[in-house]
Amino acid sequence: MTTIAVVGTGLAGVRAAEALRTEGYGGRLVLVGEETAAPYDRPPLSKQVLLGKSDGQDLALTDEEQRAALDAEWLSGTGATALDPATRTLSLADGRTLPADGVIIATGARARSLPGTSDLRGVHSLRTLDDALRLREDLSRPGRVVVVGGGFIGAEVASSARALGHEVTVVEYERTPLLRQLGQAAAKILCRLHTDHAVRLVTGVSVTGLIGPERVRQVTLSDGRSLPANVVVIGVGAAPNTEWLTGSGISCDNGVLTDEWCRTTAPGVVAAGDVAAYRCRSGRLRIEHWTNARDMPVTAARSLLATMRGQDPTDLPVYDPLPYVWSDQYGVRLQIAGRPGPNDQLELLAGSYEDRFAAVYRRDGAISGALAVDSPREFGRLKRELRSAWATR
Amino acid sequence: MIKLCPVEDLAPGTVTRIATPDLPVPLALIKVGERIFCVDDTCSHETASLSDGWLDGHEIECPLHESRFDVRTGKPDCPPARRPIRTHDVEVVAGMVCVDEASVAVAREAAR
Repeated sequence: MTTIAVVGTGLAGVRAAEALRTEGYGGRLVLVGEETAAPYDRPPLSKQVLLGKSDGQDLALTDEEQRAALDAEWLSGTGATALDPATRTLSLADGRTLPADGVIIATGARARSLPGTSDLRGVHSLRTLDDALRLREDLSRPGRVVVVGGGFIGAEVASSARALGHEVTVVEYERTPLLRQLGQAAAKILCRLHTDHAVRLVTGVSVTGLIGPERVRQVTLSDGRSLPANVVVIGVGAAPNTEWLTGSGISCDNGVLTDEWCRTTAPGVVAAGDVAAYRCRSGRLRIEHWTNARDMPVTAARSLLATMRGQDPTDLPVYDPLPYVWSDQYGVRLQIAGRPGPNDQLELLAGSYEDRFAAVYRRDGAISGALAVDSPREFGRLKRELRSAWATR
Repeated sequence: MIKLCPVEDLAPGTVTRIATPDLPVPLALIKVGERIFCVDDTCSHETASLSDGWLDGHEIECPLHESRFDVRTGKPDCPPARRPIRTHDVEVVAGMVCVDEASVAVAREAAR
């Protein structure tokens, strides 16, 4: 019998498995996942879970009925450690090997850490449900919270910690948080989300150290200052989980390199989600948005099945959707589409920058992205307009 | 029966949000061709108002997270929504669109 192995049991892995079955794959399906928890959704970790509105049980990506329909073997609690592309044999952390006819790599990304800071108690990153539950425990006591990194995760954690009554400081390396994600103009406007909620912003500095001895007490900064802290959350981005492919011959460069149909450099091996750096019209993108982990595995599954069925996967539509991400922070909903550059012009279309608004980004006159604050209806219309621009960029 | 709105207020291809003190939850009325569909306005995933979303044939797309619901069955096509939204039968009585009270009633703990 034919075997397809899906490596990774986050959203991308589950979506890949579901797509394989939807596309009529009737062979053996094995999911390999490092975490022991049943697959769950990550966006609520920084919000509902930290705020105590969710205990994680309600985050399940699959229910019993869906798992039955998947008819898959779940190898949980054991990651893959190697892949031999010639035989498509996976080595697992528990010593087992798994030969497969097709492999879908969906190993995601992990939170980046600051060098030399991981041993202190009270220092957190936020990627997994366990991370979120540990952080929630630490936030259950009064104290000063320092969030390192003012990106989406950092801002959402700061917002949650503030809502829980903590004194919160966000330390951002750039001059304004979200500069790279939203460009200068929008980043400047949205600083108020932090300051309106009495979250202190310290920008243009980097963290040089976390001082213990056992539990973190201080964060030292590159300008010589230090901040008192009882809890530190590191939100400085994510790194793709590709180390296990070292020596496999599968090309990686900040992610597993794929073509427009999610194919890696090894036949019968595709990749999708946070881990995949895919070729597209504008070059190469590795996107960590939730929507990418939802949608890319569908193309990956179709492409793999086409190859295994002796069909030409390049007959399928290419994977190159308009990127879309949202962030909920301080009771405000941000929605961003496209890939706005740092110097793109921001043009207000509806509302006011002081409050809710919808705006577009322009680069050399052409629309390059859209941003909305609490304006979902306007954003939906903009997103549709932007899709055609994206497809012909 | 709860009166929702005059039938002539509904245009084909549009979604109309109805929130009145009579209703336990906001509803969305959708006219597709000559037929009128009625669903819960709040997405089954979080709190988005589906009437802010995009209507494409019989499908309405959540304006926040893009799950698409079939207004005939209430079923979502893709995550993050996993549960269907409720659908309600409507009747036109003397020019008013009406919905059955029992259909829109919610258990207290299920109301948002």
